[in-house]
Amino acid sequence: MAKIKSLDDLRKVKSELQDKIKLRENANNPESMVQIKVGMATSGIASGAKEVFNYLSEELPKRNIDAIVTQTGDMGYCYAEPTIEVTLPGQEPIVFGYVNVTKANEIIEKYIKNGELVEGIIPKNYKSVE
Amino acid sequence: MATYKYHILVCGGTGCQASDSAGIIENLKKELEARNLQNDVQVITSGCFGFCEKGPIVKIMPDNTFYVRVTPEDAAIIIEEHIVKGRKVERLLYTDPETQQHISDSKHMGFYQKQLRIALNNCGFIDPENIDEAISRDAYLALGKVLLEMTPQSAIDEIKKSGLRGRGGGGFPTGLKWELASKSPGDEKYVVCNADEGDPGAFMDRSILEGDPHSIIEAMTICGYCIGAHVGLVYIRAEYPLAIHRLKIALDQAREYGLLGDDILGSGFSFDIELRYGAGAFVCGEETALIHSMEGHRGEPTFKPPFPAVSGYLEKPTNVNNVETFACIPIIINKGAEWFASIGSEKSKGTKVFALAGKINNVGLIEVPMGTTLREVIYEIGGGIKGGKEFKAVQTGGPSGGCLTQKHLDTPIDYDNLIAAGSMMGSGGMIVMDEDDCMVSIAKFYLEFTVEESCGKCTPCRVGNKRLHEILDKITKGEGTMEDLDNLKNLSKVIKDTALCGLGQTSPNPVLSTIDNFWDEYVEHVVDKKCRAGVCRSMMRYVIDPEKCVGCTLCARNCPVNAITGERKEAHVIDQSICIKCGACKDKCKFNAIEIK
Repeated sequence: MAKIKSLDDLRKVKSELQDKIKLRENANNPESMVQIKVGMATSGIASGAKEVFNYLSEELPKRNIDAIVTQTGDMGYCYAEPTIEVTLPGQEPIVFGYVNVTKANEIIEKYIKNGELVEGIIPKNYKSVE
Repeated sequence: MATYKYHILVCGGTGCQASDSAGIIENLKKELEARNLQNDVQVITSGCFGFCEKGPIVKIMPDNTFYVRVTPEDAAIIIEEHIVKGRKVERLLYTDPETQQHISDSKHMGFYQKQLRIALNNCGFIDPENIDEAISRDAYLALGKVLLEMTPQSAIDEIKKSGLRGRGGGGFPTGLKWELASKSPGDEKYVVCNADEGDPGAFMDRSILEGDPHSIIEAMTICGYCIGAHVGLVYIRAEYPLAIHRLKIALDQAREYGLLGDDILGSGFSFDIELRYGAGAFVCGEETALIHSMEGHRGEPTFKPPFPAVSGYLEKPTNVNNVETFACIPIIINKGAEWFASIGSEKSKGTKVFALAGKINNVGLIEVPMGTTLREVIYEIGGGIKGGKEFKAVQTGGPSGGCLTQKHLDTPIDYDNLIAAGSMMGSGGMIVMDEDDCMVSIAKFYLEFTVEESCGKCTPCRVGNKRLHEILDKITKGEGTMEDLDNLKNLSKVIKDTALCGLGQTSPNPVLSTIDNFWDEYVEHVVDKKCRAGVCRSMMRYVIDPEKCVGCTLCARNCPVNAITGERKEAHVIDQSICIKCGACKDKCKFNAIEIK
């Protein structure tokens, strides 16, 4: 790589490199991020959860949304797979069912960006143990 | 390029590498490739996480899963379960010793909750062999700010305002040290980084160099600008091969980017850094001895003044700072002196890194704000004493420090409080002792170390410490007299007053502080010929209780010197003239029939 010749140069290099480490930076402050868990047990994967997971983890950074996308096991809503659990900072988690790529896009645009609820919410019937 | 969905950080510190973390990394990569996931998951060799007790550590981001005691064979299950199926591998999670529950996330571990990481900010977070990762975490931004937006004096003022004091042990104000060197006239000046970490059980500096070498390079360059030096030297012991390796890589990368060399960031300022290897002599951590060693002379201290700031390396003005001190510099510049000064206690600002060792559950590397109490460090972060035993003392400050006891547990840790309590901050080794440790033997251990490490230049240290050691040895053999105890005290004071350098002046501290805090134990050794901890073997007698002995012969069969005799099904007897007090019989006896008297 070429030499860094000025402070502005350094700042530019830094901002270019920052994305590569963003995932780790975000993980340090999960409470202030959008946290999404994608149910990826056998039933989830069979219904297309992997595509949704890939879509979310690639789209969110592109749309400048700080988020942590992880996969989790079976959430128990096998009839509604793929399911995802979305937790906005400081809010209760909400589970969405029948999520495909189109639905995921809608969730990002409406719920994550503006807090508007979209169809497909599943009443949560479990508690997470921290 | 696809974005990585997971980052797997594997500890590449010396401790975890010794437990084959390199093998874990290799297997993780293989497993990922086998599943064609190498573009989805990034595997990173990081610096030390500090939780060395449970190493090797593997941390998975973004969910912060913290796997402990991982072996290369576990790589397959981590990829298959965690990465592919999204299920945590329960058996590799950390188990809370109190609740016996698995804790998956490092944020919920007691070990990390009380810590504040400034000097260790990047350790265990970035790949130390990749300058890009360091830059993305603000490396060299402080340098740019200082070179282009600040005068040397304004940068020195900032460091002075922050209240940063030398982390190598002395606690001298860093800003003042820089100012002295900057005002000292000289055509050439030098910046020296003291990485000659020599206290037994200490590995703070090593971990910083292994985990975040760029912070040291950046800070030394800042210091060079402030004092007017163009050459930096890192004096590092040759026993730290991994730290040297990483530092060399970091230096090459910094030069390639033009962050070291001529006209750094277009400022017109030039600076470069060389390495100097030490042979691992303890005294070379003393700055005058260190400088002589770098010059190619014997590593012997000389009298101060002249201070190195006036006449140091090659008789030029030289500023010597410890690794951890340097590691605090960039963040002070970036976040401001006020921010740094808001952390810590009244006279000790910021944080301090400690290496926890000894009889403590969580052996490892920690960083806490100054003013944290010993109790918090030992019980909350350290997880308490191993095996639920009774806390007896904690040794701080290495061979120059002293022992702190139960009554000091609630003392906030800072430079002045520790000195008032009869110990010192030192470089940050903390060795925890329990009821099974004999304090006379502990004092003897440290004296053994100083006798070994004394350079021999001045008589008080060369001869005096030898005599101290002989007296202690005599006491632990049960041959001491009360007069010996007086001699110990007097001799200690004479050595303190008359030795040439810091090593000699502080070497009797372990003796004095154990005498102060554990006088009863010394008296017991001398008068009752008894060692309550059961450490001083020559004073102990293993005796078989004929009431309890059933004559199973197990002890006799296990005695390595055949000191035990007796008929089957009859009480056995130990011949004291043959017994070597190894304790094998006591360990083997199923009836608790063998006692120590």
